[in-house]
Amino acid sequence: MAIWNEKAENMDRDELRALQLEKLKKTVRTAYDHVALYRHKMDEAGVTPEDIGSLDDISKIPFTTKQDLREHYPFGLAAVPMRDIVRIHASSGTTGKPITACYTKKDLEMWAECIARVATAGGATADDIAQISFGYTLFTGAFGLHYGLEKIGCAIIPISSGNTERQLNIMKDFGTTVLIATPSYAMYMAEVAEKMGVMKDIHMKCGIFGAEASTEELRQELQRRWGCVVTENYGLTELLGPGVAGECMCRKGMHINEDYFYAEIIDPITGKVLPDGETGELVLTSLEREGQPSLRYRTRDITHIITEPCECGRTSHRIAKITGRSDDMLIIRGVNVFPSQIESVLLTMEGIGPNYEIVVTRHNYTDYLEVKVELIDAAMLDRFSDLENLQKKIVTALRTVVGIDIKVSLVSPSTLKRFEGKAKRVTDLR
Amino acid sequence: MFVTQISVFLENSPGRLAEFTKLLKDSNIDLVSLSIGDTTDFGIIRAVMSDTEKAMKVITEAGYTARLNDVLAAEVPDCPGGLDSVVQTLSASGISIEYLYSFVRSEGKNAVIIFRVQELEKGAAVLEKSGVHILTNEEVRSL
Ligand SMILES: [Zn+2]
Repeated sequence: MAIWNEKAENMDRDELRALQLEKLKKTVRTAYDHVALYRHKMDEAGVTPEDIGSLDDISKIPFTTKQDLREHYPFGLAAVPMRDIVRIHASSGTTGKPITACYTKKDLEMWAECIARVATAGGATADDIAQISFGYTLFTGAFGLHYGLEKIGCAIIPISSGNTERQLNIMKDFGTTVLIATPSYAMYMAEVAEKMGVMKDIHMKCGIFGAEASTEELRQELQRRWGCVVTENYGLTELLGPGVAGECMCRKGMHINEDYFYAEIIDPITGKVLPDGETGELVLTSLEREGQPSLRYRTRDITHIITEPCECGRTSHRIAKITGRSDDMLIIRGVNVFPSQIESVLLTMEGIGPNYEIVVTRHNYTDYLEVKVELIDAAMLDRFSDLENLQKKIVTALRTVVGIDIKVSLVSPSTLKRFEGKAKRVTDLR
Repeated sequence: MFVTQISVFLENSPGRLAEFTKLLKDSNIDLVSLSIGDTTDFGIIRAVMSDTEKAMKVITEAGYTARLNDVLAAEVPDCPGGLDSVVQTLSASGISIEYLYSFVRSEGKNAVIIFRVQELEKGAAVLEKSGVHILTNEEVRSL
């Protein structure tokens, strides 16, 4: 298991913390001096850059949100003049204005370094032929991976997204060994490859997938179909793009590039910092970005930090698979519940369809959750007990994962709403 | 030998049954026999219909989960002890009955009872041997 930058990735934790503090002080100072938004927020909170004497002092700094970025669109968060900016990316912006990201030359070098680490951890080496099936657009994915893989020395096929049959023919003809894609596109490609009958001529070594959340079940399926190791990585345009964190071959959480990013987990409701290991919202602070530094950016992604040493030898902490968005969180009888947790349970159940609906009600000051699922397996109609057992099985599985009792209702497939875009599966009647 | 029955899943919410019977009416499907078993959450409708293929098509296209299976339709004397003798015969042969329901229509002095048993072939043979008439799909639909 190769490590790209042993000095940085295997750094002694005390040494790392000292380095983080030094970089944090510098970042806060720069942000305060050069970005009006951060200066206003800190002034309002009565905090000055001098107040940062330890890493824990970071909690004095106010959070930054997506809304802040939108309000300062397009370049309000840049900390350097445009003369020093050499690249601009933007998120797709499905709702509202896009989020922009400005990079200096040094930022791009750092980005390539971050990706080189993530891609090496995911199995890429100079011997590989890497096909980048992300769109080469404003989106950070393709360019981010491109320069990092180039730094490693991979032979890059910048094919971009779309035209799946051509993608697969190139994979076969060029001998692609590393695929860069979203997990869902990689799954689609596998289906097409099997239909075309070219899978036997494709010899993938690793799939390094990202840019969207996925489940462990999907990873297993991708590994089986492509016959290769699949790792996942994490990043967001607001901070950098891909490269914030990535899995190693152990596939037990994504190693954070901690010398470049400081990660905290907070309670999404109170904003209080939670101890390592507890689940909450990931908050990130960039430690070396010049073009557009970020102070305590609320990612809205729900995860927890894994501090146990990893078998790969890296000393960096890891973030667990993203389990949901804080926007979607429900609080039921004091327990934080994410619809994505419920979905992951339902997807593993046989006999029911992929559609579901969550209904939240309140009786006598107590919250109740009901999940409606579609019964699709007609074979279960022979016996009442089969249906009752199915219902019980789902209730038990949900209790194990979510931690509370959820009422499960079986309904016929015609009952639940169908969605043409983004599904709205939660009805809160409280 | 066997009669084809349709089982349909129905959740227990207001109006669902009415929706279902309306669907049958609008599609001109005649119910020959019907039973509804339910818990507080859901029910299973079991029915023999005038035109099984058409009924199955209409029902599944309307988004219901439905299934066809074979059941026994036995003619039972419509008198005290009539049903008992049939049940005893099956029981004596070690055939367990999963459920049974009676026919909406019948002819003359005999009642028709639908039996769902685990071993259909054996059940039919045992009953016929004891002199019970087992109805075919054609016979049932012409009732
Ligand atoms: Zn590791």
